[in-house]
Amino acid sequence: MSATTEPVPGRPARVRGPAQDVAGLGIGRAFGFVAPALLLIGAFLVFPALWTIYIGITNYRLTGVEAVSPSIVGLSNYTRALNDALFHNALWLTLLFVLGSAIIGQNFLGFALAWTMRRARPVVRRTVEALVLLAWILPSTVVAYLWIAFFDRDTGTLNSILGTQGTAWLIEYPMACLIIFNTWRGTAFSMMLYSSALQAVPPSQLESARMVGASGWQTLRDVVFPHIRGHVLTNTLLISLWTANDFSPFLLTKGGPNHESETVPVYIYNVALQGGELGYSSAISFLLLIANLLVALLYLRLLRRRS
Amino acid sequence: MRRISRLTPPALLGAAALVLLTGCLGSSDSGSGDQDANRNAEATKVELTIGANSVKGGKNSAGATFTQDVLIPKFVEAQKAKGVDVTVKFQGDGSDDEVYKQKLSLDLSNKSGPDLINIDGIWVGEFAQAGYIKPLTDTVGDAAKVDEWDGWKQIPESVQQLGMFEGRRYGVPGGTDGRVIYFNKKLFQQAGLPADWQPKSWADIIAAGQALKKLPGVTPIQLNGGTAMGEATTMQGVLPMLVGTGATINTDGKWLGNSAQIREVLDFYKQIYGSGLGDPVLQREAKGRDKSFAEFAANKIGILFEGDYFWRSVVEPKEGVAKMADRDTAVGYALIPASKPGAGVKGQDFVSMSGGGATAINPNTKFPQQAWELLQFMNSAEMVEAGLDGAAKITQRTDVNAKVLAGDPMLNFVATKVLPITQYRPGLAEYPRISAALQQATADVVGGKSVDDAGKAYETAVEAAAGGKDKVTTN
Repeated sequence: MSATTEPVPGRPARVRGPAQDVAGLGIGRAFGFVAPALLLIGAFLVFPALWTIYIGITNYRLTGVEAVSPSIVGLSNYTRALNDALFHNALWLTLLFVLGSAIIGQNFLGFALAWTMRRARPVVRRTVEALVLLAWILPSTVVAYLWIAFFDRDTGTLNSILGTQGTAWLIEYPMACLIIFNTWRGTAFSMMLYSSALQAVPPSQLESARMVGASGWQTLRDVVFPHIRGHVLTNTLLISLWTANDFSPFLLTKGGPNHESETVPVYIYNVALQGGELGYSSAISFLLLIANLLVALLYLRLLRRRS
Repeated sequence: MRRISRLTPPALLGAAALVLLTGCLGSSDSGSGDQDANRNAEATKVELTIGANSVKGGKNSAGATFTQDVLIPKFVEAQKAKGVDVTVKFQGDGSDDEVYKQKLSLDLSNKSGPDLINIDGIWVGEFAQAGYIKPLTDTVGDAAKVDEWDGWKQIPESVQQLGMFEGRRYGVPGGTDGRVIYFNKKLFQQAGLPADWQPKSWADIIAAGQALKKLPGVTPIQLNGGTAMGEATTMQGVLPMLVGTGATINTDGKWLGNSAQIREVLDFYKQIYGSGLGDPVLQREAKGRDKSFAEFAANKIGILFEGDYFWRSVVEPKEGVAKMADRDTAVGYALIPASKPGAGVKGQDFVSMSGGGATAINPNTKFPQQAWELLQFMNSAEMVEAGLDGAAKITQRTDVNAKVLAGDPMLNFVATKVLPITQYRPGLAEYPRISAALQQATADVVGGKSVDDAGKAYETAVEAAAGGKDKVTTN
């Protein structure tokens, strides 16, 4: 991303007009070079997206008559989604999930770890980094099993630690559990990104800040943050999009109890496979796709404004 | 360059993709009607796969063990005598029924999946409508070949219905079952309740629950509720209660909406889960049903509503998923009473619900003739009896039942006392969605909503599932 380039005063950030043909390939050959990549993108990204749009305007179902001969129903799937209380519920829960576990949880915990570990002894830093990374690289199913065991009502680790036998955490506080889980799960990325971003802060400036008696908070705000603002935006964009599309909540709660932790991806799955309504679920998938694009655009605008 | 690459290729790809898309969906099965039913009929090297939701050491372990260790070797041997080299594979599964159904529908919609597929009787309608399974006479090609199988004479009409849709046979049923009330005699003794307990009304059940409530650490009643248990909620919970109010879920083609009887059932849930007689949290847990089994086996649940499956596959001392070594002395069973004596469906004092599975042939099998042979072999008197292996189960065949009935008191009880008063679910394509609406209604009540609110939400859901207000009745 453009965040790592050092702005040079007096030079325009972007080249206006078409770029020059620096490599001297000519349009035909240049297109030949990118064609394989474009084909892959077409086959695995553009085609499924269009397919989703197409299924979304039909009443296609997993079983029954509509599985053989679905008919085009126009936009009625979309109007239904706009009036669907369960979809609104899913949107709200997704928002909570992204806000709680990505924007606040992973961002802050990741930064805090990166900032404190900066000065720590290498052995401590490596150990912490390895542990945090482990949470990130373990397969979802394994992690889900561990967390179910942790939160379990009868023999769960958490209940043994707190002495609260019989508390069904995943039933009584499903969203809080998921937010904690996902913060734990995804902090590694933010931590690594901020660790390398912090290297870009010139030590001399930190030193000067210390010399003039700036407090820790003032140093962070006035010295560190201006250097890493681009990283913060990039990181927040990536982790919010990942979190909004994350399916692992399903492995912990299946969206339950009674839809209380049904984020949009889980809702799409439940509608598509448990309810068998492939048409309707495709329409919701497309809405999710649009929401993702809007979020991405918003972040990109913010990123651009800064330069 | 930048401009061109930004706009043109996506546009080109989009156009190409749209061309590919046009008319793809759903039309895919138009060709399969032309398949030759006698394809590979003379093959000497045959490969078949049996798919079922059972797995050794897990769900329905006995069934998987039998298929793998007895049925398949015997069939292979019999075919070898005819000079045919058959390889039969067993594709076991150990998941929740809903998950198994999803997997199967996805397989079948892509023209793959096992050659013989074991499905629940209530899925036959929607699978048939989707073209995922076809009438046996179509798949096998020769109607006489199917209809003249001598096994049909041994299978009662009501049981054959499990594999039928709109009057045509899609599969061979694999026996039936009945729902009863199980109770823990040890807990009953501690609570001062009789060992030969037989409630006569719902009030008797509540009264026994209140006596059990005094025991520490004991959940008095487990009546399946909520969406997490799927069909187990409908079949073991809502429907047996509903027939106890005198209503059935579908009468003369109309689905039962938010009627007094539905509210009566929901109110019974409220009585149990609103007053500490049941464990509302368990109904909401992802693995709640399995946990309820484990708790019953650990003497922590007093009363539990289940089918005879519970007796032969759950608390069964040797191979059950929640073994109870003292099952025969510790577990009692009783008929499910109507809400009040005489208030049940057809004026009955006691009620039950029955279901069962069927085995169908995958229409896209490479070896339709051999698959039909295997299906007959599987349902022959010899194999059905061997499959029992001394366990309690109502088989599909009258001749086998006559032989083994006397051996097991529980089997006897279900066959002689429960089956005469039982009801079957309607084999209609809308049923699974109606069932989901019933589950949601109990979930609402268990979760604390009022009976009236849950009933209203149920009405809306049923109207959507049934396809209009005119297909729903509220009286």
